[in-house]
Order: sequence, then structure tokens, then C-alpha cells
Amino acid sequence: MGYPHEPHPKETLILSKHFGDAGARSYDGWVKCGGYQALKRALAMDPADVIEIVKESGLRGRGGAGFPTGLKWSFMPKERRKPHYLCCNADESEPGTFKDREIMRWTPHALIEGCAIAQHAIQAEVCYIYIRGEFTEPIAIMQAALDEAYREGVLGGNAMGTNRRIDMYIHRGAGAYICGEETALMNSIEGRRGNPRIRPPFPAQQGVFGMPTTINNVETLVSVLPVLNEGAEWYKDLSLGNPKSTGTKLFSVCGHVRKPGNYEVTMGFPLGELVNDLCGGMRDGRTLKACIPGGSSVPILNREETEACLLDYEGCVEQGTMLGSGGVIVFDDSADMVYQIMRLARFYAHESCAQCTQCREGTAWTVRILERILRGEGEMKDLDLLLDLSEQMTGKTICVLSDSCAAPIVSGIKKFRDEFEAYITGAKQPVAALT
Amino acid sequence: MTERQDVVTLTIDGVEVSAPKGMTVLEAAKRAGVVIPHYCYHPGLPVAGVCRMCLVHVENTPKLQIACAIPVADGMVVNPYHDEAVEARRGVLEFLLINHPLDCPICDQAGECELQNYVFREGRARTRYSPTYAKRFNPVEDFGGDILYVPNRCILCTRCVQFMEHVADDPVLNVSDRGDRAFIGIHPGEQLEHAWSGNVVDLCPVGSLISKDFLHKARAWELDKAPGVCTGCSQGCNVVLETLHNTVVRLRPRTNLEVNRFFMCDHGRLDYRWLNRGDRIEAPLVRQDGDLAAVDWHHALERAADIVKGSGGPIVVLASARASNEALFLATRVAGERFVGAFRVERVDGEEPLPGVPNLALRSERAPNVRGATELGYTETFDAAVTALADAAAVIVVDEPLDTVSNAALAKVPSVIYMGTTLPEPARVAQVVLPITNVAEEDGTFVNRDGRVQRYLQAKTGPGMARPAWWVLGELLVELGRGEPLATAGEAFEMLAGAVRAFDGISYDGLGYLGAVLGTAAKAEATA
Repeated sequence: MGYPHEPHPKETLILSKHFGDAGARSYDGWVKCGGYQALKRALAMDPADVIEIVKESGLRGRGGAGFPTGLKWSFMPKERRKPHYLCCNADESEPGTFKDREIMRWTPHALIEGCAIAQHAIQAEVCYIYIRGEFTEPIAIMQAALDEAYREGVLGGNAMGTNRRIDMYIHRGAGAYICGEETALMNSIEGRRGNPRIRPPFPAQQGVFGMPTTINNVETLVSVLPVLNEGAEWYKDLSLGNPKSTGTKLFSVCGHVRKPGNYEVTMGFPLGELVNDLCGGMRDGRTLKACIPGGSSVPILNREETEACLLDYEGCVEQGTMLGSGGVIVFDDSADMVYQIMRLARFYAHESCAQCTQCREGTAWTVRILERILRGEGEMKDLDLLLDLSEQMTGKTICVLSDSCAAPIVSGIKKFRDEFEAYITGAKQPVAALT
Repeated sequence: MTERQDVVTLTIDGVEVSAPKGMTVLEAAKRAGVVIPHYCYHPGLPVAGVCRMCLVHVENTPKLQIACAIPVADGMVVNPYHDEAVEARRGVLEFLLINHPLDCPICDQAGECELQNYVFREGRARTRYSPTYAKRFNPVEDFGGDILYVPNRCILCTRCVQFMEHVADDPVLNVSDRGDRAFIGIHPGEQLEHAWSGNVVDLCPVGSLISKDFLHKARAWELDKAPGVCTGCSQGCNVVLETLHNTVVRLRPRTNLEVNRFFMCDHGRLDYRWLNRGDRIEAPLVRQDGDLAAVDWHHALERAADIVKGSGGPIVVLASARASNEALFLATRVAGERFVGAFRVERVDGEEPLPGVPNLALRSERAPNVRGATELGYTETFDAAVTALADAAAVIVVDEPLDTVSNAALAKVPSVIYMGTTLPEPARVAQVVLPITNVAEEDGTFVNRDGRVQRYLQAKTGPGMARPAWWVLGELLVELGRGEPLATAGEAFEMLAGAVRAFDGISYDGLGYLGAVLGTAAKAEATA
């Protein structure tokens, strides 16, 4: 049930099957839904075999980068000479993305189960679930579920009666977007300022508290359940398009569509169909103008590209963008792209951790130029300057925050140059008050 | 064979260079004669990797790499001047300048500023930051101690934060706020009170952390510099004496990985004003008709020689542990078999260590040459020696300030030869006063507490007719018919090294700028 809307027949409900069903939130409810079967299976297996199944399933990270999950797990040391840690990244802060929130709100035990399986696979006794601080309701639900899981013996010193220890802790974020970056998240857990770390060392060598660590997104961990319950082959076969993108993916659609919300479709589903069909198309007889398919950090698609785009890792790359986190932001023909891009840039300028020069100064400078253009004071050479600054902000910093700021600017100028020029030439009225 | 495996060969800017495994490309580049521009990196600090200034092109890698963080690898081809790398660094410099006040004319750092230097080398000639944008502004903040923070000039390299946290182990500095609003913050209620906190001024690559003591005192390019050894304690930190118009205006640490690495403490750093004292003895003085009268060197030395020759009984040398080995040694030669030597050193309770560097502290013994004086036969029995002065035939004072000696104590001695920089009250009873230079005005050596013999070089000229103590004592030996004239401190040292067993195998030239440890040459011979 694709809460809050009725499920669409073209959806494939696996992760979101119980969205909207408050009964599935409790331990008993979750067991009734077939919960904790996957964990039971996993605990009966050798950790290496769990990793192998996940590798075979082709599951890739759902947080944005799309790194193969089984492969990531296999980077952990085989022998546990130091404590291993799992971090669950529930700091969902990417503008336009709100899928993990719903997973935690409706199926908290699914996340606990997914974490426990991953912990077994990478031999980590402790998992930190790092939840965005603003997610007060999901945090309360997750904490209640965690307490319940301990009471029911799912977690603790004799987890699921296996005489093995599985512990989980919830760590609340304090409002910084950058803490969703995996190494910044680890710093934050350690009580430090949430600054991304330089790599190497990679988390699998030196992660949280300097120990081998794996960090996975909420949706990724939850996706492990169907892989174990139904098998790697079954999961792989869910793909419609490229065999390198398997399973289902939640897409959080927002913006100018009739029915915004979370939609779960199989990999390779056409973006145009998602927007026009599942989401009911544009409001008030408007037409589609642009779409950001993977959260605010990926390049913007124009209408033609949106309609041609297949929603999997490769399909998005083919259209010059990325699948990212699956946060689909839709713009109709009433949208002022210059203003929208300025708002995005402003977000990144506000959230830059201030470590890398290009990001600290570049994001803020970019905002000033965009605001100047919107005030009607821009010059044509400002566009070239924006593109040049974006080039300087791409691929040169510790993390990809400044790349994320540059992506919508570069694609925006390329695809909607006329709107920028209209402000510069005076063809379009300046925006008087910038909010 | 094993040694071989630990060394890799790579190419940096077309130069093939060997480097041990684990070394960073930035350090290896120095071996190839290439200084890759950098801000946050410092060899004495953990790698931060934040300024992104040291971006270089590495063949067969998709992105530019930061040279400060990537280890060398066999066959690696690094090109710091690849178009992409140059363009990236130009970009970083432009970003660093958009909020920079460009107040170089009133900035203490100008002339030794890494922002100035790299912009000069690789930056853009003109800004593309439209002048209509206001620059970030924050008022100057007093961080306590000797340090002011000028946030407008800050490039957020975080070297200061790293130093206080990882080297001083006193993490009072932080990066506050985010994005382009960020600045270096100090924790509420805290100050830079750590005994070594002054190092953040040296570490700051720009004029953001500046010394109150040096504020607006000099332009960096007008300073003359000479390598020296700090006289603040027995650690023997290597320093640079910086002078302006023959006046010492600043001490800064000089790198010596065996002694002080890149650092010096605030006590030593700020203890330089005495080097500029104006109340100096400028001419040799001899007692005539009850008064001290200025004479020329020949006359004074003749009188001194007469005293030494004419007296029977012990010749007590009251020396300073700030005197050079050369002076201390030659004084023992002048006294000959009748030598009794004592020195005095100020001792305070406790040390002030720099936790991040092993065996580095502001030591409790507050003189640079305690070990040297001891090796040369002086004992720390100053008070006893003063009490026993009644039995002495003569006293030779070598640079000892006499501030614990009463006029009466010295007056009891038949003859007093006073060698000093100033003329304290008790010294006025002397028959001969010989003006000597201070440590900034001469060449010489000290031995630090770990037995390291270290050279210091002349940084300024001495006043009037003042001469180095080694020269004065050398001339006195000539006058006594017991030596040839010494032309340099080096000749004095060679004479010492040939005569004193502890100094076996150590040569003045061999000391270089980093020194040599007593006994190591002899040991090496023994094992060979």
C-alpha cells in the first residue's frame, strides 16, 4: 500500500507493502507479516554465504552512489581482530527524498531485521542507526521497535536464541545535511564535528572509532530481506532493464504532480510513466518542464530527457544524470528554473562543512551570482563564470557536496539558458524580494 | 635486500626520485626539488587534506589527487604542473581571495605569506568577484597569550586547530559555523595559555594568527636572519634570530627533527629583549687611581695577564651556564692547574612539555649550556665557591651577572678580572673589566641536556669594543705566552675538542646546523 495513496497497479510492492498499515509496526505485527524469517535464515548461514547471496542479487546502495552492497560487505576484514561496526545511514536529508522516513515510520522492524542481517554478514556486534534529528516521529517509532526487539530477544546477548550478541543504538543527528556523508556521519557518532574524512583509509579499514565499519542506507538494508526470503535469482529477475540494476526502488516524488508520494517500482521503470501515470501528471493542465530524478544533487533533466529516462543506474546515466537517492523533483512550466537553482545552491552553501576551499567559498559565491541575476543585475559573462566555478567545484574536494551544488547549475544553464538570459537582458522582470 | 623493497621509484615533474614506502607525494616531491603549493599540510601536523591546494595530476587516475595525502607508489608519474592541476590550484587561490581583505600593506605576514607567494606564483592577475559583493567581516579577536586572531585573513587551513588538538593536547581551538561563514573559534572561557601555543603564529600560513609582541614592528623582508640556539632552558631548541637594524625583534623555531622538530615554547620565544640591552660595557676598563678607566684591548689584556701570572693560589672562575663552550674551555686554560670553576643556573619547579613531540619540553633548568659547563669541569657549586672566595688568589668572572653575589664577597679577593656584557655593582671592584659580546653577537656552541653540541651564529654586531669571550680569553693566553691567536670560534672549538675527552671526534664543521651528540663519534669508532 503506497501510503498515503492507493497502490498503483504498476507499482511492485515489496518494501512498501506495509506502508500505511500501523499493525506492521509492532513486533507481533511484523512477525505476522512474515518478519524475522530472513534474519533467522541469515543467522543459520555462514557470514560469507550471506555476503555471497547479496552479491548475487545485484543489490546496489540506495543512498545515492549505487555501490554494490555485497561487494562493500566483502571489503570488511574476514577475521575479527578488532570490533567491527555497522552504521545505518538514516540521516535522510537530501532535498526531495523522503523514502527512508516512511520505511522507519511503517516498518521499523524491517530496518532492525536488515541491520541485524548485515551485522551478521560483516561480523559486527554493534550497529549505530544514525537518524536525522528532525525525524522526531520516526525516531520515536524506531526506539519503541528497538526496545521491543530487545524484549523479544531479537537483539541483545542471545539474539534470536543463537547465543550471539547483536546490539543496536539510535544516534540522533543535529540537523546538518553533511552528516549524511558516510565519513562525516562517523565523525558525528564519535562526538566530533561532522566533517567528511579524506579517503583512504576507507571505512572498511578505519571507520567509526577507527575500527572496520560498513555503512549502508536504510533502504539498502531493508532490501536485503526480500533477497534472503525469495532468493537472489528472484530479486534479480525483478529488473526490467539493465541486469546491473536489480530489484525494486522507492521513488519519492514531489513537486508539481497531482499525486506526490512514495512509489515503489522495479528498476528500469520509465520515469515518464512514473510522473505522468502513477503520479497523475501535472496539476491544472500544466505541462512538464523539468525533473530532477535522484535528489537535488544530480543534474536536471528537461522534458524530453525525463520522458526518455529509465529509472535504473544505467538509464539515468544515459540521460546525463544519476539515479541518486530516488528523490524525484518535478517542475511544470510555471517553474522559474533560475530561482529554483538558486534555492538549491543556497541550500548547499548553507550546508557546506567549510573544510574544502572550493566548496566553502564556491557554493556561497555561486549563490551571490545567481541572486544578482535574479535581481536583474546579471551580465552574460556571469553564466560563463558560473560554469567555470562549477568546474572548479567538481571532483576536487573531499566529498561531493560541492559537486552536488554544481550539477544542477551546469545542467540548468545548459538546458534552460534562455531563462537565465531573460533575466540578464531584462526580458523578464527581476525578482524583487528573494526568499 | 629488505631495504630495497621499502623504497619505491617514481617520477615527479619529470624527475625520477626514490622515496621510502609510506612517504607522501608532497614530501617525495621535495626530494625532486619541487615544492608543491600547500596550506593545510605541515610536516609536524596530522594530514587534514582540506585546503585542496596541493592537487596534482597522477597518470592513470581519473581525478586530481592531493599530494599531501597520497602515498608514493612504484612507477607513479606525478605532474604538479599539468594544465588541469595548475587550473585547479588557480581556482583554489581565487576562492581563497574572494573574502580576503587584501590588506597586505598593513599585514605583518606580508613578505612571508604563503597566500601572497602562491598567488604571485600561480594565481590570477585580476579578480572575477564583482566588487559589489561585500567581503566577509569579523572583528579581530584576542585569543590570549601573545596571540591575536584576524578572521578576515583566515583561509581556514586548520593548522592551528590541529596543533592545539594533536600536538599541544589542549584542544581549545575549533572551526566554528559552516560554509563561508566559518571561522576559527576558541572555546568559551578558554585562552591560548598553553606554554607552546605561540607556535600557531608560525604555523599560520597567512596573517591571521599574529603575535602581539611582533605586531607592526617590522616588514618581513627587512629582517636579517641568523641560526641560533635558544638560551631559555637546557632543551636547546634551534631558533632563528631575526634582526632589524641590528636589533633582535623576533625569535622563531628552526627545524631540527632531533631536538625541537618545528617548534619552540613561548618562554624562549619571548625571551630576547635582553639581547638588545643598551647599558653595555663598550670598552675594556682597568683600575687606575681607584677608578675604572677605559683603555685599549692591549693594555687591558696586559693587566689581566699580570694578575694571572702574579697570583699564587686558586683562580676561581665564576661562569654563566649561558657562556659558550669555547669561553668556558679557554677560561679553564687561562686558570691552568689552579682552576676552580663554578656556575649557577636558575631552576624552577616542573617542566612544560609539548605532548605531541617526544622529549621536548621547556626544561626546569633555565640555561642553555649546563651540560657543556659540567663536561668542561665546572660544578654547580656557585654559592660555595662565592663563600670560599676569601682563599682565592684571583677571580675570573665569565658572563656571570653576579646578582646573587654581594659587593663584600668579591672585595675580599685580591684580584678580580670581570668579563661581561654589562657592569653590575659587585663587578665595580674588579681590577680589569673586559667587555664581551652576548650570544646574539658571536659564534659559538652549547651542549644541550641530551649531550647535543650545537652551533649558534652571530646575528648582530656587538657594541663598541666588545669582543667574543673566546677571542678575549684566547688573546689572554697569547699574552700569557701559552697560545697562538685564535681567529674564529671554530678554532677555539677545535682546540677544545682536541683537549677534552668528552668532545672526542666532534669537529666544528661537522656540527653543521643540526649539531652532534657527545660520545657518539667515540662509540661509532668502538663498534667499528
